[in-house]
Amino acid sequence: MNGFDYHRPETLEAAVAARAGAPDSAYLAGGMTLIPTLKQGLAEPSDVIDLAAVAGLAGIGLEVDRLTIGAMTRHADVAASAEVQRAIPALAYLASEIGDAQVRNRGTLGGSLANSDPAADYPAAVIALGARIVTDRRTMAADDYFKGLFETALEPGELIRAVEFPVPRRAAYRKFRHPASRYAVAGVFVAEIGEGIRVGVTGAGPCAFRWTALETALAGKPAPAAAETAPLDFRRFNADLHASAEYRAQLVRVMARRALANLAA
Amino acid sequence: MKLSLTVNETAHELEVAPNALLVEIIRGDLGLTGTHVGCDTSQCGACTVEMDGRAVKSCTVLAGQAQDARVTTIEGLGAPGNLHPMQTAFQAHHALQCGFCTPGMIISAIDLVKRADGRLDEAAVREGLAGNLCRCTGYHNIVEAVLAAAGQM
Ligand SMILES: Cc1cc2nc3c(=O)[nH]c(=O)nc-3n(C[C@H](O)[C@H](O)[C@H](O)COP(=O)(O)OP(=O)(O)OC[C@H]3O[C@@H](n4cnc5c(N)ncnc54)[C@H](O)[C@@H]3O)c2cc1C
Ligand code: FES
Ligand code: FES
Repeated sequence: MNGFDYHRPETLEAAVAARAGAPDSAYLAGGMTLIPTLKQGLAEPSDVIDLAAVAGLAGIGLEVDRLTIGAMTRHADVAASAEVQRAIPALAYLASEIGDAQVRNRGTLGGSLANSDPAADYPAAVIALGARIVTDRRTMAADDYFKGLFETALEPGELIRAVEFPVPRRAAYRKFRHPASRYAVAGVFVAEIGEGIRVGVTGAGPCAFRWTALETALAGKPAPAAAETAPLDFRRFNADLHASAEYRAQLVRVMARRALANLAA
Repeated sequence: MKLSLTVNETAHELEVAPNALLVEIIRGDLGLTGTHVGCDTSQCGACTVEMDGRAVKSCTVLAGQAQDARVTTIEGLGAPGNLHPMQTAFQAHHALQCGFCTPGMIISAIDLVKRADGRLDEAAVREGLAGNLCRCTGYHNIVEAVLAAAGQM
């Protein structure tokens, strides 16, 4: 691993200033992606700015129709949270299915979203619930946030503070898990919210996306069979040694059907 | 940089490199070689230690992230003649063969039992230990040992 200086700021302002002061620096959340990346030499930051001691970045707050989760909140804490289990049980379930216990004890919501791994779980929920990503400088709609493979709308140095999830009437998540890495080969989050049902897909494309054709076909009703016939363009889906694009498309249909069946149950 | 942390109830003040890993400090600086490095890629769990009450993969924790932390390694659990119930159960159920995965497996298993509130069954143990790989046993006896120890902790 390359050498770097380590910083542990205690305020948001100090963290953002430290990052801005060193163009090749990187924020560190739980390190569950960043540290392996450092070991592989895929990132060589001059300075690592640990967000662990920054006040106000971790925690969960529930207002009537909105659940706010701080960027530094660990997956294990989201999974175990009584507020999350009450307001959006599907989100607590999703967090409990991420990686393994040790990963959930360190990995964070903010780190997962900043990284935007195509196979990460949280992006499906963020997209389906129409969450808002609150940073040090603005608030972004989920639909504007994911841009491509490991690419988001975050500017250099922009720090995610929290994510605001609207509380849906009902929601469900199903993923087909890679048996070794446990990431989603395909994952579908469905949420009955506002006028209709929103569908967020992860694992299949370069980044999480809404399956709007299925949303239209459902017209607000959780009809699992619609997932078998709604148009799904898989030309840009991921294809690797684990699954071809066509197979991922099939998995998306099956996960959507199961999630919708769960929603209807 | 300066690092202060408590390992197995002993406080340490160390001078470490900012890019040192917690596992390197435990094994190198402190000579506690019960914690193993199997993969160094965050997959196998052989390096699992308890840090501030949670099981973590110490190959994926930077020195600075352990500042002021309380760490427990396998050496801190029990001693010959006075083993932790989980260690005794692993012995009684023949839950190890080469033993390489065992220190991390035992730390994870204790963490799992502590969090489970008495609601553990075979499926929950297998799921809960997913971050710890064993190349020898096929897991069967590990699951039995954890369930047996859960009743005694
Ligand atoms: C073995 C293993 C299995 C896993 N399985 C899964 C899985 O099944 N599903 C899944 O979804 N994920 C999985 N993960 C990933 C895990 O969920 C982590 O949350 C994810 O890697 C992000 O890690 P982190 O939060 O520790 O962030 P870090 O690794 O610390 O940071 C990741 C990136 O985000 C940036 N960053 C961090 N926080 C912020 C912030 N607040 N604002 C701006 N930028 C920030 C960092 O600079 C870095 O570039 C797995 C990881 C491992 C090691
Ligand atoms: S050595 Fe740390 S997970 Fe394998
Ligand atoms: S006993 Fe050999 S790896 Fe588990």
